[in-house]
Amino acid sequence: MDVQALRQDFPILKRQVNGYPLIYFDNAATTQKPCQVIDAISDFYENHNGNVHRAVHTLSLEATDFYEKSREKITKFINAKESSELVFVRGTTEAINLVAYTWGLNSLCKGDEVLVSLMEHHSDIVPWEIISKLKGFTIKYANVKNDGALDYDDFESKFSSKTKIACLSHVSNVTGIINDVKRIAKVAHDHGALMLVDGAQSVPHITVDVQDLDADFLAFSGHKMLGPTGIGVLYGKKELLETMPPFQGGGEMIKEVEFSQGKGCSVSWNEPPWKFEAGTPNIEGAVGLAEAVKYLEALGMDEVLSHEKALTKYAVERMQECSKVTIYGSGDLSKKCGIIPFSVKELSSHDVALICDNYGIMIRSGYHCAQPLHQEILKLHSSDRASFYIYNTREEVDRFVEVLKEIDQL
Amino acid sequence: MATIEDYVARIEGTCGEEKDVIVVFKYEKKDEAIAQILKKAQLKNAIAGIIFELTFQDTSFRLYSSGKAIFRSIKNREELNQILKSILL
Repeated sequence: MDVQALRQDFPILKRQVNGYPLIYFDNAATTQKPCQVIDAISDFYENHNGNVHRAVHTLSLEATDFYEKSREKITKFINAKESSELVFVRGTTEAINLVAYTWGLNSLCKGDEVLVSLMEHHSDIVPWEIISKLKGFTIKYANVKNDGALDYDDFESKFSSKTKIACLSHVSNVTGIINDVKRIAKVAHDHGALMLVDGAQSVPHITVDVQDLDADFLAFSGHKMLGPTGIGVLYGKKELLETMPPFQGGGEMIKEVEFSQGKGCSVSWNEPPWKFEAGTPNIEGAVGLAEAVKYLEALGMDEVLSHEKALTKYAVERMQECSKVTIYGSGDLSKKCGIIPFSVKELSSHDVALICDNYGIMIRSGYHCAQPLHQEILKLHSSDRASFYIYNTREEVDRFVEVLKEIDQL
Repeated sequence: MATIEDYVARIEGTCGEEKDVIVVFKYEKKDEAIAQILKKAQLKNAIAGIIFELTFQDTSFRLYSSGKAIFRSIKNREELNQILKSILL
């Protein structure tokens, strides 16, 4: 992978921040966009914009073609069986909420159990907490080891005949640790439970094959994989999506709304995935995401992961030269994506991020939407996080370490 | 008459247990804001010319040359507004 060449595709990387060249190490939050994605969105609006489905004019048909071809492209990217298994949503959060509010609200009741891990992002905890208050089921939390790795024994021991769904991040958004979701999916299915995989941090970085994982649901976001914000995907097995009720009501998600005097309206639902896509969807978002997928496929996902692993290994080694820096998470870099959580002795995470910002380096500070992991496992008030993607370089890591060394001297 | 809105672009609560508050000064007014703050606040430490540890009216905070300040132990927005008003105007 020619990183210097591909950097030319990202206009934002040419800018300066506070008088320094931009170094963008906040990729776990969102990624930058190549001109191919920006151009695809512009082209859609400049030449093909219309509302999708149920019209006969040229622009609507073109827009529909773009939208549905985008769905097909992404379907192949995650190796789903068919495009009807792929629902466009706003992002991972909405995808998990969709499952909680449709499948969860209708299938779970008092006495049932939902199993999640303590390393989950809030978006894989809060929807279940909300629905559990309405339905009275129990949420069980599987432990995480001190090094941030999933405690598989604890997770597996918490399954019972009461467990209806297990929810697990494929890759932790705090530590970058890759979880063996295939293993957990098998245990879930052995207990008659479903498996929901939060793929927000995996789909952008590693090859994800939903059939191989045997995931019942997979959620991910477009903006974390070079695509635009406001578009994401819920993958669901066809037989599940067919039995689930709609998420929201409106146009597109209905087959018929038949009115009869005295009885009101009789409504029948559209087929999946449109049953879950009420109203005008984010058409240009889908187009942009498909272009992002095309870009990643051209690079090769193995190359993407290999680049990130090499950069992470290099960064971890170099960061250890800084005496006040503590790096969290497993030392086994073979099971990690390009995320490094760390702290600097005697400084708050926000101070560290502000100092880096002063030098044009963007890192994230705080809980990273994973407060339980910080409080219960890492025992931290907050942490800093550097996260890498395809356009990051060793030279950028060197500059970052220079700044950390300056912080070391404070 | 000048207001704090003339200088402040945004106030953000930070994520994490610390509950710090970040004040972001408007880019075009940041140098003026920094000069004003350095004139009124008590300087405890200046680090590499980019971080200034300051105290003003018993409130400790850090000011960054990029035009951001991080305040700790602020009870509420009113208290912060009062401090900003006193130090900026």
